[in-house]
Amino acid sequence: MKGRALLAVLFAVVLALPWVAPPYHVLLMLPFMAYAVVLLGLNLLFGYAGLVSFGHALFIGVGAYTGAFLTTHTSVRSLEAMVLAAALVGGIVAALVGALCVRYVKIYFGMLTLAFGMVFYTFLLKFYRVTGGDEGMRVLRPSLLGVNLDAMAKTDYLVGPYYYYSLALLVLATLAMWRIVHSPFGLCLRTVRDNPVKAESLGLGVAQYRWRAFVISGIYAAVGGALLGPPTGNVDPTLAYWTQSGNIVFMTLLGGFASFFGPVLGAFVFIYLQDTVMSVVPYWRLVFGAILAFIVIWAPGGLMGLFARGRPAPTSRILSRTSS
Amino acid sequence: MSGVFHAAILFLVAAGLQVVFGVQKIFNLACGSFYALGAYAGVSAVAAFTAAGGSPALFILPLVVAGLAVGLVGAVVERGLLRFVYERDETFQLLLTFAVVLMMEDAIRLTWGTAPRSTAGLYLAYGQARLLGATVPVYNLIVIAASLVIAGAIGWLLTRTAFGRIMRASADNREMAEALGVDMRRVYVRVFTLGTALGTLGGALVIPATAAMSEMGIELIVEAFAVVVIGGLGSMRGALVGALIVGVLRAVAIAVYPELDMLLIYLIVIAVLLLRPRGLFGGAVA
Repeated sequence: MKGRALLAVLFAVVLALPWVAPPYHVLLMLPFMAYAVVLLGLNLLFGYAGLVSFGHALFIGVGAYTGAFLTTHTSVRSLEAMVLAAALVGGIVAALVGALCVRYVKIYFGMLTLAFGMVFYTFLLKFYRVTGGDEGMRVLRPSLLGVNLDAMAKTDYLVGPYYYYSLALLVLATLAMWRIVHSPFGLCLRTVRDNPVKAESLGLGVAQYRWRAFVISGIYAAVGGALLGPPTGNVDPTLAYWTQSGNIVFMTLLGGFASFFGPVLGAFVFIYLQDTVMSVVPYWRLVFGAILAFIVIWAPGGLMGLFARGRPAPTSRILSRTSS
Repeated sequence: MSGVFHAAILFLVAAGLQVVFGVQKIFNLACGSFYALGAYAGVSAVAAFTAAGGSPALFILPLVVAGLAVGLVGAVVERGLLRFVYERDETFQLLLTFAVVLMMEDAIRLTWGTAPRSTAGLYLAYGQARLLGATVPVYNLIVIAASLVIAGAIGWLLTRTAFGRIMRASADNREMAEALGVDMRRVYVRVFTLGTALGTLGGALVIPATAAMSEMGIELIVEAFAVVVIGGLGSMRGALVGALIVGVLRAVAIAVYPELDMLLIYLIVIAVLLLRPRGLFGGAVA
């Protein structure tokens, strides 16, 4: 299969990158991989369940702060523990928030998630005794697989062990998500998206399916958030701000929400393009706003949609407004 | 009282949001950016006015003119971008307005730079008044009055004029209005420009009391969002009441327990969305 060969080549390139590319570009891969994990989860909601969350930065923030909290306020310094704790806390928060949000769809769902995201953001900003306020919280360097790597130089640590650790997590997350969307659950989710009334009459609990998708995507975002902390050594409230939520929806759309790997591609292009544009002019928002407007108006299938022109998109329904 | 001043400004921006949502069913994230644009335009206009030897007592005139003039940006945004996505899912419309947010933020930085701008010392040009035992800048009272007048004017526009009837008809049933011969394109341009002008005017009027910053738009939009959700999407009365609730509650919260500030507002938003998703005045058209 062509697709599989392409994936294998890409994977080999990513594996070899720290040996061949300058550290600067390798370092840029770290946020990419973290966001890729976030977006895999976000797209379960966006692409597969048809729900657009405008508050997903909430879960990135939850994951990032959970990890940071462990390293600075407790003696836990292991990335495994940070990621697991982030997943757990993210899952619990998503279960609660999701239970309230999935009763609504479309604009009301988006608004409700946005409101929850802003509650958390304000909490981070105002309760500075716990969260450090707008300065955020430090993330001390975690050990990987029980190996203490404090002796390494920071860049060596990040482009070496941490890079491969993130990559392994991304691969795991991708495989798990692949299983999820190709399971009966994933199929039911798409049914719920395309025709909730029919799904209900076939005996699928619509809200139940949406809720599960919400929880899974919250866990993914929290894990991705936990990965964002160690490279910068600091987490701050902007991770949870509403524009951050907008940006990750943007990344998903940029890559193509109708395809499994679209969001991953979107994260990659977003981060490298942002870096490139910012090295030329500081006004990346102007450029990115124009790109987003272009995609929304003329290429709603995103980059993947442009590559796969002519093939019917599996999510064609969401592209045209239904008459409800 | 500063809460009421803030509410008056919030009402203007939220009213712009409501007009657009009521008729076009688009939740316009960019209305905060329009507010920021109005603020910067206001600063520049006042600076030019003072430099040209205008009397400080009249500084509110260039402010209002500038605020209304940059409202025309709305027509450009509507014709240039939004008109392509009316048939699409709400998500795409929302994202397109987010694209406008991103572009406007940098467009403002590009035009006015990154340093905060303010109209030096004009805030108290009209003096202060004693009201209910508190000292209030007269300017605040002027803005509150202006805001009430505008609320009345919008009410009059919606209920007493032909254009208002067309707006309400389009909000209710777009196809039917179109079938009856309403040119929807013209209605949409006008409605969106009106919504934008309300936002830019709000920005221009707030500026003597604060400083223009490029982040002010994305901060205000979440507050305006709270206002319209509490009041009810698409409802003008809702915008008025919602703005009062948010403005006054914030002022009280800051005085009593500052940590609560916006947290309280968002919790109310969530409560309203869960218990009464249509808001306090939902169902009332436009």
